[in-house]
Amino acid sequence: MEIWDQLGEWLANLIKTILGALNLPLDWNIVVLKLIGVVTVATFGLLLVILLTWIERKVAARFQDRFGPNRAGPFGLLQAIADMIKLITKEDITPSGADKIAFNIAPILGVVSVLLIWAVIPFSSVWFGTEINVGVLYIAAVGSFGVISILMAGWSSNNKYALLGAFRSVAQLVSYEVPLFLTLLVPVLLGRTMGVNGIVKAQDTWFVILAPLPALIFFISSLAEIGRTPFDLLEAESEIVAGFHIEYSGMKYAMFMAGEFLHAFTIAVLTAILFFGGWQGPGAAEFPLLGLIYLFAKSFVFYFLVIWIRTTLPRVRIDHMLAFNWKFLTPLSLVLLMVTALLEKAFEADALRIPVLFGANLLVLIITVQILRIVSKRQQRELKTFEPRPVAVPPPAEEVSA
Amino acid sequence: MLDNWLFIGLFVLIAAVFPATPILINYFIIPRKPNSIKQDTYECGVETVGETWVQFKVQYYIYALVFLIFDVETIFLYPWAVAFDQLAFFAVVEGVIFILILGAGLVYAWRKGALEWS
Amino acid sequence: MTALQVIFLATAAMILFSAWMVVTRRNLVHAALYLVLTLFGVAVLFVLLEATFLAVVQVLIYIGAIAILMIFAIMLTRRVASDDTVVANHNAGWAAMLAVLVFSSLVIIMGAWSQFTTFASPLTRPGVPSNELGQEIVAELGQSLVDPDAYVIPFEVASVLLLAALIGAIVVAWQKDK
Repeated sequence: MEIWDQLGEWLANLIKTILGALNLPLDWNIVVLKLIGVVTVATFGLLLVILLTWIERKVAARFQDRFGPNRAGPFGLLQAIADMIKLITKEDITPSGADKIAFNIAPILGVVSVLLIWAVIPFSSVWFGTEINVGVLYIAAVGSFGVISILMAGWSSNNKYALLGAFRSVAQLVSYEVPLFLTLLVPVLLGRTMGVNGIVKAQDTWFVILAPLPALIFFISSLAEIGRTPFDLLEAESEIVAGFHIEYSGMKYAMFMAGEFLHAFTIAVLTAILFFGGWQGPGAAEFPLLGLIYLFAKSFVFYFLVIWIRTTLPRVRIDHMLAFNWKFLTPLSLVLLMVTALLEKAFEADALRIPVLFGANLLVLIITVQILRIVSKRQQRELKTFEPRPVAVPPPAEEVSA
Repeated sequence: MLDNWLFIGLFVLIAAVFPATPILINYFIIPRKPNSIKQDTYECGVETVGETWVQFKVQYYIYALVFLIFDVETIFLYPWAVAFDQLAFFAVVEGVIFILILGAGLVYAWRKGALEWS
Repeated sequence: MTALQVIFLATAAMILFSAWMVVTRRNLVHAALYLVLTLFGVAVLFVLLEATFLAVVQVLIYIGAIAILMIFAIMLTRRVASDDTVVANHNAGWAAMLAVLVFSSLVIIMGAWSQFTTFASPLTRPGVPSNELGQEIVAELGQSLVDPDAYVIPFEVASVLLLAALIGAIVVAWQKDK
């Protein structure tokens, strides 16, 4: 700890000396220090993308019994760099009739909305971009720039598929934001703070033990937020080609993809931070580097899970996707929020708090499964009573004329 | 407190500059050979018919409306959750009543069939 | 000028510019996108006033929900590519006069207030260190929302109001016969 304080002090003094030599006011040193921090975190985030694309392709290849990239560099590690060189020299096509300004701003805004989350992520007990008192809400809020970016891209492309893809994406994103916000409330409630680092510090017992179901709902609705399989209707290739970014090429397309890869990893990090103790672990409070390792070890487990789900599950239909959200996730997260709040207060500072909260989650899970079983049985009965549909009967005359 | 937000403010600027830079580099080094077919709207090779604007289902709008109401209601609960330590049990129950009323809205939308994708 | 003043003036200029663009653009989607910029500027102003919770809520509700709802509504009801929206009607003169009247009366009222020209000092609370102040303020807000001596009735009424809004929205927008 002391070493880091000394290092910071030394850096501040160095900057003050430089500013003094340039005849600039000395209180600018705080701006310069923050700027160095910002550039570090943002560069780290974007460099991560290069690694993430390689990991994703390699892991997905293994799931499909392939080798994945293995030509460029050792283990194909340089593949992402080769792709970057290719993309940066690609011709950039702007479709005729596109709205130029919105068309160009949209990919930038898409990356911004993801990158901004990294400003509040605590990497270890002392390493974080910044600690703000409304961190969790901030994370939810910057996501809305992503929605705006999708709408801008879809509308400005002057393409029916793009516009339809944008509408689908936005309907999906705003729908799944409801259970996401509701389950984000649970760590806030258990940690008594909206600060992200505060939530990590409050997790002497991981919140996943106190709230396993909210953690699961958070992870599922996050999957929908990043638009990965099984929720990848926004780019259903067989229906609307690539969705809202169908008309993009070259570097602008690459920016959308970079944002998507980074977002997939970001939700893994957020799951680790909000429910799995973040940088917490044995000895993490004394040695910041250990905390960083813990956080990334946990995050990569969830990132692996994201890829696993992506390579395993098929795409769901749009009505199923929306019904799953509104008729299952949202009511369930409302119930869980009430149960958690009431029990957390009733058993405050009680030794039974942990088993009671865990047991309550288990009980809710059992009841939910029972209800689902009854509902599915009833639906199957209804299906059996269906009239068999005749195969080749011409439609009624008025339908033909319409 | 504003020091922390200075970081966010600078981050917004840098986060916009970083993705803009490769796009700008791209702009300067790429080949440019436009022709009318290349710049045509891509709809799987089929020529585009009519305007891009088509009448969309009103269902999209309903989901956005329901989302907006839930969003506003959830916001009210965040300060309540932060103050949880200082709350008496009945204050927690008040919050739960708030959630129940929120749930009533969901039940109404469900029974009315507004959540149905038809 | 302090750095804070520079940031304030730049933000205010941005808000005024984008607000002007909102009311003068003939393309409604452009107008809505400029509205997003305006709302973001207001969020920055909230941050400068150290009302950070409000700032985040501003982005979350106004940009994340209301602006999107507006863009949806525009795209659902109008020809999005058309630039033929009439932005002014014969009431424009009256509206301008009313705006000038409201603005000047606001200036007069604010000018009479002794605090108007003094600088607001940074937020402090005795006994609370500055890095925990934001947390403390949000906790106080949450407490007063469910405190019987404070705002518990408006809090519950707000929820009923939102329920009414939801029912009203569904009744107006949803037609079963389709």
